[in-house]
Amino acid sequence: MNELQFLTWVRGTGLNIAVAIFLLGVTWRLFEIYSLGRKKDLSAPRHASGASGLHTVFRRSLAPPGMLKRSPVSYIGGYIFHLGLAVVVFLFAPHILLISNLTGLSWPGLPSQFIDLAAVVTMAAMLVMLVDRISKPVKRFLSTFEDWFTWTVTFLPVLTGWMAVQHLLLPYTTMLALHILSVEILLIVLPFTKLFHAFTLFGSRWYNGRVNAHKGVPV
Amino acid sequence: MSATLEKGIRVLKEVIDAPIASYFNSCVHCGLCAEACLFYTETGDPKYTPIHKLEPLRRIYEQEYTLLGRLKSMVGLSRAVTDDELDQWQELVYNSCTLCGRCSAVCPVGNDIVYMVRKFREGMSASGHAPAGIKDAVTRTVTVGSPMNVKLPAVQAQMKHVEEDYGIPIPLDAEGAEYMVVLSSMEIMNFPEYLAAVAKIMQQAGKTWTLCSTAFEATNAGIQIGNSDLAKVIVSRIVEGAEKLKVKTVISPECGHAYTALRWEGPNLIGRPFGFEVKHIIEVLDEFQAQGLLQTEGFETDRLTFHDPCQLVRRGGVIQQPRTLMNMVANNFVEMPDAGYMNWCCGGGGGASAIEEGEELRLEAFKKKKSQFDAVKPDRVVTACANCRIVLEESLEHYKMDIPVIGLTEMIAEHIPEPVPQAAAKPEGA
Repeated sequence: MNELQFLTWVRGTGLNIAVAIFLLGVTWRLFEIYSLGRKKDLSAPRHASGASGLHTVFRRSLAPPGMLKRSPVSYIGGYIFHLGLAVVVFLFAPHILLISNLTGLSWPGLPSQFIDLAAVVTMAAMLVMLVDRISKPVKRFLSTFEDWFTWTVTFLPVLTGWMAVQHLLLPYTTMLALHILSVEILLIVLPFTKLFHAFTLFGSRWYNGRVNAHKGVPV
Repeated sequence: MSATLEKGIRVLKEVIDAPIASYFNSCVHCGLCAEACLFYTETGDPKYTPIHKLEPLRRIYEQEYTLLGRLKSMVGLSRAVTDDELDQWQELVYNSCTLCGRCSAVCPVGNDIVYMVRKFREGMSASGHAPAGIKDAVTRTVTVGSPMNVKLPAVQAQMKHVEEDYGIPIPLDAEGAEYMVVLSSMEIMNFPEYLAAVAKIMQQAGKTWTLCSTAFEATNAGIQIGNSDLAKVIVSRIVEGAEKLKVKTVISPECGHAYTALRWEGPNLIGRPFGFEVKHIIEVLDEFQAQGLLQTEGFETDRLTFHDPCQLVRRGGVIQQPRTLMNMVANNFVEMPDAGYMNWCCGGGGGASAIEEGEELRLEAFKKKKSQFDAVKPDRVVTACANCRIVLEESLEHYKMDIPVIGLTEMIAEHIPEPVPQAAAKPEGA
């Protein structure tokens, strides 16, 4: 298989397989989790303003009082790399074109120099987070193979994408094919690892908000 | 009722619900929950990270309720939870967790970690891995009626004392009274001022109230140990008492877990909504105040601060009321850093204070509370939980800090003017 055949495969069959596993995986996992249900709370509710599932879905994106100071790297690094990923994934013109071809939806992108910068900043933030995971006793203690593995499969698409655009190390075609392959690996892995928090986070925040709103506590 | 590993695992499988599944799937191992836990912040030991305290429960979830986990079990890639492991986890689930709920308040993905600890304790208890101290408290509560072996004659003796000292009758088993007051054993044995305070407050408010001879004790060690069957037995006494006496409201004493047990877990334990309301004494005082039924005179002039009981603020939603009441009778009331919703635990909640072997760790964790006190240097500390109060007193003594701890209800009652015959209520007070 030469590099062109490789690119054709990752763009065609490879992508189809990855997207299929991703979609089926996400659907199955969501069903597996949320079909467990929960018991109705029979205690009399207390109402308080600002206390609901939805409030918590939004409010939990902000650091609670005093927490930023206790763990600045987690918060600042976390914000930067999540926002950076969103910018790079959804506001890079070729990505928008791909989504437009698949779904018909389209929106304006950002200039490629800006995306370039965002990619570098995102990678830097991810590296800082990695160092933090290694050096901070609590994070190192909690970390398992999955934590290192998911970091890697998240980092690789950004790195290969940036290298492809910069024409670094390998010919553009090969690097692009590797970039798409790395995204496919990410898609396949996502539903079955902690990366699935991208979906369950909304449910978790909602449940926490809901359970506590019943007591009149805005969490 | 023998506790076995098999039974424990079965119970754990039963308690896992959609929220728990969602929470385990959302955890990204960021470790922020550790920063919110006084057992981690004061010891620096990563094993006290709240989400780690749930590791056996997480594995059971994965092995039983996920496709991938079941596949892993089939090919022998997963490790079953063992008795030895649960035994090791006892320290993490009980001694180093007061169910304070700060972890649930900070988790960025929204995991209600303390909800899971509470459920995990069900399995720990069913498999025989609960600490002896709480086990004994539960046994005493179920057989005698009180975790501290307090029986009705002790309550009646207290009633008599109050009646003699204050000339206010204490009603017992008065059918049709508006309020039924329940006590914590700690109040009956160590803080008898509480009953006198309630009597004075009720007299001023002109409300009918009663104690109940079959349900005078409100604490529920069944909740703390994590045994819903026993918690139900304990809570049912109060429900039966309240229904027999046809009261409108049951007043939970100054005790955090009694409030949680009765107010939030009670109806779920007995499987139906209550036919009466449940309020914490602080909520009732705040209502009386708002209705003009609580009049006070004079102010405390020394420097006072208020320690929020976790079950009252974070787990109970009673946040503003104690502050309104403090300001009624104190003109030098200072708030500690993190006071209110994010207040730090005294270190003895959730049954932790009943665990003898956990004392050293508890005192270590108290350094967090100490730093809050050091920041505002109060002359006295006011709180609204008899358990917080005794834990604070003991820990302050250990650190040789001379700061008396008092109950808010008593302090309010001290400012109620003596009733003057044939005179209208004085309009003093804030």
